[in-house]
Amino acid sequence: MVELALPKNSQVKSGKHWPAPAGAKKVKTFKIYRYDPEAGGNPRWDTYDVDMDAVGPMVLDALLYIKNSIDPTLAFRRSCREGVCGSCSMNIGGRNTLACTHGWAEVPGKAVQISPLPHLPVVKDLIPDLTLFYAQYASIEPWLHTDTPEPQTEWKQSPEDREKLDGLYECILCACCSTSCPSYWWNGDKYLGPAVLLHAYRWLIDSRDEATGDRLDALEDPFKLYRCHTIMNCAQVCPKGLNPAKAIAEIKKMMVERVV
Amino acid sequence: MSKSASEQYRTPLSRARGLGASRHGVGHFITERVSGLALIPLSIWGVYAALKLVGADQHSVTTWIGQPVNAVLLSLLLIAALIHLQHAVQVVIEDYIHRFTSKSALVIGNLFVCVLAGAVGVFSILKVALTVTGAH
Repeated sequence: MVELALPKNSQVKSGKHWPAPAGAKKVKTFKIYRYDPEAGGNPRWDTYDVDMDAVGPMVLDALLYIKNSIDPTLAFRRSCREGVCGSCSMNIGGRNTLACTHGWAEVPGKAVQISPLPHLPVVKDLIPDLTLFYAQYASIEPWLHTDTPEPQTEWKQSPEDREKLDGLYECILCACCSTSCPSYWWNGDKYLGPAVLLHAYRWLIDSRDEATGDRLDALEDPFKLYRCHTIMNCAQVCPKGLNPAKAIAEIKKMMVERVV
Repeated sequence: MSKSASEQYRTPLSRARGLGASRHGVGHFITERVSGLALIPLSIWGVYAALKLVGADQHSVTTWIGQPVNAVLLSLLLIAALIHLQHAVQVVIEDYIHRFTSKSALVIGNLFVCVLAGAVGVFSILKVALTVTGAH
């Protein structure tokens, strides 16, 4: 049955408060989800009053400042700090996005509330367990499938066919879309989710790929594909401005085309 | 997505692949859309007919149903609506109910209720229509 409330051991209690240093003029409160499996107990909301004069413009800048100057126990993923690696995806102000490309001033409300991507097991603090998400990506075999012997040079593609991959290849697998999707929350063990289906479509329409039929076979399933009910959260939150819902609709169209 | 004891030792890829694709679903998808398409003109006609019959006595309503065009369109409206309903409710059940036994029972129950409603409905329309026609 669908979970409407958090189980008792996941309910978030209030946690520590870290006041701003004396003399801080521009103070903003960050309310951050904390969970340490080794310490046990429930997750908690810690609040940090941060002197924003010491912080860069992005939410990631604030997180790094908190980790470096206030509380070194805070755990989160980050790498490129320019929206290319997809590591720092998290829920900021109720919306999944990348901490590195989202300005803290853009977050509505008094406090900036930050929690891990929704409906995933939490490894620690803001770090969700994405193992199944990556395995689902591997399950669609995201590489070129060909039976024709490899050409001496590259596999060729017309500029028009190459253009069809625009809006798809840019996906950085940050999982913002999949973890914003209610269908993925309720059936994430079977439904592939928007990110993986967007990649599936990227290989389906690649003119160089020779396994289109097999790929469609592997997707035709009430759960793997048809759990998408065009809720559109995926397109709304994608930090790269992509539209996974459209890619899924195109897959559904291909499914119809081969039977009609 | 909590892991059961047996799932703990399976590789992530094995969990992601699960039982594989069932190779069906497109039929359901097409039926939902085609029945929806059929319901556009049928519902408009249904609303128009219902408005026309407001305040009419039983005799004029049964006479109206007795006209072949009305009886056929009324049956089609009922059948299309029930096919659409059955398909849509099944999707809702699949979304929210995850235990195999309760999910299967509800999916089958939904099918039976819709088929029964269709059979009773069409029989009733025909009974009224043919009784009226027979009386003439």
